[in-house]
Amino acid sequence: MSAATLSAPAAAPAREGRIGLRANLRHIGALARRNLLQIKADPESMFDAVIMPIIFILLFTYVFGGSMAGKGHEKEYLNYLVPGLMAMQGMNIAMAVGTGVNDDFKKGVMDRFRTMPIARSSVLIAKIVVEIGRMLVATAILLGMGFALGLSITTTPLHLLAAVALSVVFGASLMWVFILLGLSLKTPQAVQGMAMIILMPLQFGSSIFAPTAKMPGWLEGFTKYNPLSNLADAARHLMRGGPVAHSVWMTLAWAVAITLVTAPLAVSKFRKKT
Amino acid sequence: MGAGTVVGMTRNDTTRGAGSGGNAVEVRGLVKHFGATKALDGVDLDVREGTVLGVLGPNGAGKTTLVRCLSTLLRPDAGTARVAGYDVVAQPRQLRRVIGLTGQYASVDEKLSGFENLYMIGRLLDLSRKDARRRGEEMLERFSLTEAAKRPAGQYSGGMRRRLDLAASMIGRPAVLYLDEPTTGLDPRTRNEVWEEVQRMVAEGSTVLLTTQYMEEAEQLASELTVIDRGQVIAGGRVDELKAKVGGRTLQIRPADRGELHRMVGEVARAQLDGIAGATADEAEGVVNVPIISDEQLTAVVALLGSRGFAISGISTHLPSLDEVFLAVTGQKASSSAPEQDAADTDALQEVAA
Repeated sequence: MSAATLSAPAAAPAREGRIGLRANLRHIGALARRNLLQIKADPESMFDAVIMPIIFILLFTYVFGGSMAGKGHEKEYLNYLVPGLMAMQGMNIAMAVGTGVNDDFKKGVMDRFRTMPIARSSVLIAKIVVEIGRMLVATAILLGMGFALGLSITTTPLHLLAAVALSVVFGASLMWVFILLGLSLKTPQAVQGMAMIILMPLQFGSSIFAPTAKMPGWLEGFTKYNPLSNLADAARHLMRGGPVAHSVWMTLAWAVAITLVTAPLAVSKFRKKT
Repeated sequence: MGAGTVVGMTRNDTTRGAGSGGNAVEVRGLVKHFGATKALDGVDLDVREGTVLGVLGPNGAGKTTLVRCLSTLLRPDAGTARVAGYDVVAQPRQLRRVIGLTGQYASVDEKLSGFENLYMIGRLLDLSRKDARRRGEEMLERFSLTEAAKRPAGQYSGGMRRRLDLAASMIGRPAVLYLDEPTTGLDPRTRNEVWEEVQRMVAEGSTVLLTTQYMEEAEQLASELTVIDRGQVIAGGRVDELKAKVGGRTLQIRPADRGELHRMVGEVARAQLDGIAGATADEAEGVVNVPIISDEQLTAVVALLGSRGFAISGISTHLPSLDEVFLAVTGQKASSSAPEQDAADTDALQEVAA
């Protein structure tokens, strides 16, 4: 008898209950706020964005700078290094999104989100938005520190902005890789370990710290196709002058390719888990 | 009431079977496999609107799987389930607007404060900033968490976290609330607080599906019971019907002087009080056990012993344990009730089983 009264909504079109764009943005906002509050509650989680750029720039400039450019000429190396570090830190920060996603699934809070009338993707998007914010903070600190140590930009501020934008775009594409890892591996520790295995060769086997010309042939071949080399070169040329077209296009191509391959995998993995 | 009205919540009253009598939850032949194990093996059940259905069963009976299917966290392999008229498979989005879920494990963000957790959930439920704030504060107050509002949920005690979880589930005034073993692992005081809250929600018109391992909890909260085991419904009906099947409570009286145990049993037997038979002495425990089915009988027994001049040092009553319920409805012991949990549980109702 009750079936008659209760079956009414079944006839309603399937679109009913869809989440509108504005509601979706509001949900992403609320979830991004959550991620910001998590940072506030655990300020050490900002170490990678705040302290690491400072450590890297000081360490590499003064440890390698002398031998790379000659004692007393560390500034020259600084000009070479900073665009490279900019390329690198996007990757370091993107890593955090993987451990964050993994952690969410281990806790009950994801169950709560999944029983709520929100688009499931909004949880991921909010994370990506906050991570991009963290990348910008890290970049600002890196550049601020660089300028304090004597970094000089020989192009225009617009070029500098383009370099920043390019690193962020590339970093965002990497987030999908780490989200995929975060969804595939069992613990946040495993995610971090796996990420390091991917990161180390890419970071050091690149033009970030040293020009590739003096590397052995096989390594030079690897660095040539290493997207981090492309990004580092692109940022370098955008900030210090030089041919930008090739490296910028290569970087964008890498970003698109990485996103096209890993984003659908990550989203489908996420759907399956949710 | 009016001030608390949630704007923008599509608790589509027109689509919910108006008035009482309808079923808020209808489950027919629900099946869910995990590999070779059938967690749910054709479950049928109904929850009438505005009532509490207790789903009673041992660990591994399929209770949590049932709740997860009904809250769109799991997709059933066969059968149908409708909640507030919405099909769990075909209309998950609509369904999520009318349900709330509190599980065994608190699903709140441990890094966020109690207030921030509730505020976030309010915003995710499309409340305005102002309404989300007000509703969050209202719920904190209601669950006696106002003082802890600004502390991270990770620092809360187990009971506080469970209360916060309940508050979070109720922010959107869900038409149907699932409580999956809401008091498992809680101390008796906190358990009572949770019970009071659930009773209050029902009084305000919510429909509740409650899973539990405890007969006592089922009796406190539920009007009807479904007993499940190995993914199947093995008994169901009103709580008093089931109790009649299982038998009533056991009254335990502890004399101040153990030597008087047998004299007390003798007095109770001799008095031939209405409906009372089978008083026994438990020498190990130092108590007299009297099976009773009503409060009047309790009063009569205690009054009798008082009038005969016995010094009594303790009185308690115990409900039948889950094991005894199973024994009564199936003639066999619960399939997989975890012995270590029963042993660790000092809950009064376990004493009788021991």
